[in-house]
Amino acid sequence: MQPAAGAETSAAPVVVEARNVAKTFRIPDRRIDSLKERLVHPLSRVHYRELRALRDVSFHVRKGEFFGVVGRNGSGKSTLLKILSSIYKADAGRVRIAGRLAPFIELGVGFNPELTSRENVVLNGVMMGLSRAEAQRRLDAVLEFAELESFADLKLKNYSSGMMVRLAFAVMVQADADTMLIDEVLAVGDAAFAQKCMDVFREKRAAGRTIVLVTHDMAAVQAFCDRAMLLHDGECLYLGDPEEAALRYYRLNFETPSTGKTQSGPVGVPDVNVRVLDAWIENRRGERVTNVEQAEPIGFNLLIEARQELLRPVFAFHFRDADGNEVFGFNRTLETADADKDRVGPGERVRIGGWIDNLLLPGRYFVDALVARNRTQGDWALHPVRLLDFVVYGTEPGFGHVSVRADVKATVEGGEASR
Amino acid sequence: MSNGALDLRDVKGPSALGGGTRRAAELLYLLASTEFKRTYFGTVLGYLWSLCRPLLLFAVLLEVFTHVVRLGAHVRNYPVLLLLNIVLFGFFQESTNAAVPSIVSQEAVVRKTQFPRLVIPLAVVTTALFNLAINLIVVFAFVVVYGIAPTWTWLLLPIVVGAFLVLAAAVSMLVSSLYPRFRDTAIIWAVLSTALFYATPVLYPLQRLHGTFRTLVAMNPLTLPLELARRWVIDPHAPIDTTTVPVAVPAAIAFAVIAVAIWVFNREAPRIAEEL
Repeated sequence: MQPAAGAETSAAPVVVEARNVAKTFRIPDRRIDSLKERLVHPLSRVHYRELRALRDVSFHVRKGEFFGVVGRNGSGKSTLLKILSSIYKADAGRVRIAGRLAPFIELGVGFNPELTSRENVVLNGVMMGLSRAEAQRRLDAVLEFAELESFADLKLKNYSSGMMVRLAFAVMVQADADTMLIDEVLAVGDAAFAQKCMDVFREKRAAGRTIVLVTHDMAAVQAFCDRAMLLHDGECLYLGDPEEAALRYYRLNFETPSTGKTQSGPVGVPDVNVRVLDAWIENRRGERVTNVEQAEPIGFNLLIEARQELLRPVFAFHFRDADGNEVFGFNRTLETADADKDRVGPGERVRIGGWIDNLLLPGRYFVDALVARNRTQGDWALHPVRLLDFVVYGTEPGFGHVSVRADVKATVEGGEASR
Repeated sequence: MSNGALDLRDVKGPSALGGGTRRAAELLYLLASTEFKRTYFGTVLGYLWSLCRPLLLFAVLLEVFTHVVRLGAHVRNYPVLLLLNIVLFGFFQESTNAAVPSIVSQEAVVRKTQFPRLVIPLAVVTTALFNLAINLIVVFAFVVVYGIAPTWTWLLLPIVVGAFLVLAAAVSMLVSSLYPRFRDTAIIWAVLSTALFYATPVLYPLQRLHGTFRTLVAMNPLTLPLELARRWVIDPHAPIDTTTVPVAVPAAIAFAVIAVAIWVFNREAPRIAEEL
C-alpha cells in the first residue's frame, strides 16, 4: 500500500490505482493516411512530433472517495481519464481498478437518433457494463428519472436537446457503477441542470460510490472533492487537499510573470505635459505580474516623466471594477515638506510605488490615474489614463468587490414562542 | 458490495474484446438487432426495398447469361442456382464493404466509451447475416416453385453459410481496422470485391471454366462453399472439382486470411481511438 497523501484520512480499500503512468502521442508532421501515399513515398520516413501527454503519474483513489483531477487545457487530465477507462493504452506504468467502472466523457455518447429512447437506454446501459437483463430492469427507473415516461417510444431524433440531456444524464445516474469517471459533464446544461448534477453527485457519494471528477470548475472541486490532483504538462504538481489544489490551479493560470510590454503595460495617452514611462504590479517576490492572488498585497509601481514643469503636483489613482465603478482610490503628493521643492522640472522623473492592501474579491480591476499641477487651481496635466488592468484570483467568493472582516454572529435567543 | 469485488485488476487498455466476452456478445446482438429493426421496420417497404437489389441484379444477370451469353445453357436449374449464388456472395460483398468505414463512423463510441472494438465490424456482418437469412427464405420459395425436390442435404446449407460468415467476418475485421489509417482501403476493397465476384463461380459453375482462370477460381476460398451449396440444394449430381487444385490450397488461403485478420485487428485495436 502506498503512503497516504494529502488529506487522505480513510483506510478504505483502494479501487483505482495508477503507478508511473506515461503516455506519449506521436503526431506526424505530415499525415500519411492512404496506402497510395505510402506506396508513392515508400522510403520517406514520417517525422513525428512527440507530445508527452502524461509523464510518470501515480495516484490512487480509495473506495467512497470523491477525487478531483484539475489542470489547464492540455495538461493531460483527459488523457488520464481515457487511460483509466480503457479508451487509450498507457505506454508505461500500471493501472489497476476494482469493481465496475464507467466513464462519462460526454453525455449521450452512443445514442442513436434513429432508435427510440427505450432502445437507446438499454443499449447505453450495456455499453456502461450492465448486463442486458439488468439494463432492461432499470429501464423504467431511467425513464422516470428523466421524466420522459410518456416519450419512451419516440425516436431520439424527435427529442428536444433538453430532453436528450435529461435522458443521457438519467442513463448515467442509473448505470450505478462502483466507480464513476466524469469528465466535464457538468459543463453542459443550464444552472438548474448543473444543480441537479451536484445533487446526484452528493447522493452517489453518500451511497459509497467512488467518483473521479475531471474539471476546470474549482468551485465543484472545493465543494465535493475529498482529495484532488493538479496536473500540469502531464505531471502531477500537487496531490492532496482540494483547496490547495484549487489555489495552485489559479496560480498556474494567472501568475504568469509579465514581460513589461504586455496588456498590463502602460497605456497612457500621450500628453503634452507628462509621459507614463512604466506602470506595473509586483507580487511579494518582486516579480511583475498581471494577476494577483486574493489577499496578497499589491505592489503598485509607476514611473512618469514630466515634459514641462509641474508645480505642486498631485497624483490621483482610481481603482475601478470591470464595469467602471470606482472601488477605491487615493491621492499622493510629493514627499517633501519644503514648498519650494514641491515641483518637478521638465525631463525629471517621478516614481510612485508601494504596497496596497488587497481586500479585493476575485475579479478584474482597472487602475486609472490623474496627475494635476498647481493643485490649488486644479490644472490637469495628465488626462485620466488607464494605467493598468489586473485580475484578482482566489477561491473565496463574496458579495460586492471587497472582503471586509466582519465579526458578526447569528445566535438563537429565546423569544415569545419559548416562554 | 462484497470485498471480493474489490480486488484490483489490471487495466490493459482497449482491445478487440475489452470488457469481457459476454458484454461484447450482448453489445453485438443489440447493435445488430437494432440496426436490422431500423432497416426493416423503419419504413413499411423497408424489407421489400432491400430484397429488390438482389432480385433486380438476379433478373438482369439471368437475362444476360441465359439469352445473350448463354453461359447457363447447360447448367441444370441455372436460374435458381444463379439466385442462390447471388444471395450468398451478396452477403459477403455487402457485409465486407459496409464494414470498411464502420469503426470510423462509430467514432464517438470508440473515443469516448469503453467499447470492445471487435463488436463494431462484427455487428455489420451480423446485420448482413439477418438479411441473408431472410433472402434465403425467398431463394427457397423459388427453389420450390421451380420444382426442385427437397432433400435432406438442404439441412447442410448452414455449413456453407458458416464458411461465408467466417470469411466475411475475417475480411471485415481486416478492412475495418486498416481504414482509419489508410483511407483508400474503401476504394481498394470496392474494386477487389468486385473482381472477386468474377473470380468466384457465381455466374457460372467451376466446371465451365478452363485453363489458368479455372485454377485461379478453384483457389478462391469462396468457391468450394458455393459448389457445395449447388450440390446440396440445387443439383445433387453437380460435380465437386477437387482435382484442379487440392482442397488444401483454398483451405490454407482461408486460414491465412483469418490469421492475418486476427493479427492485424489485435495490433490495431488498442490504437484505433488515437488514430481517429
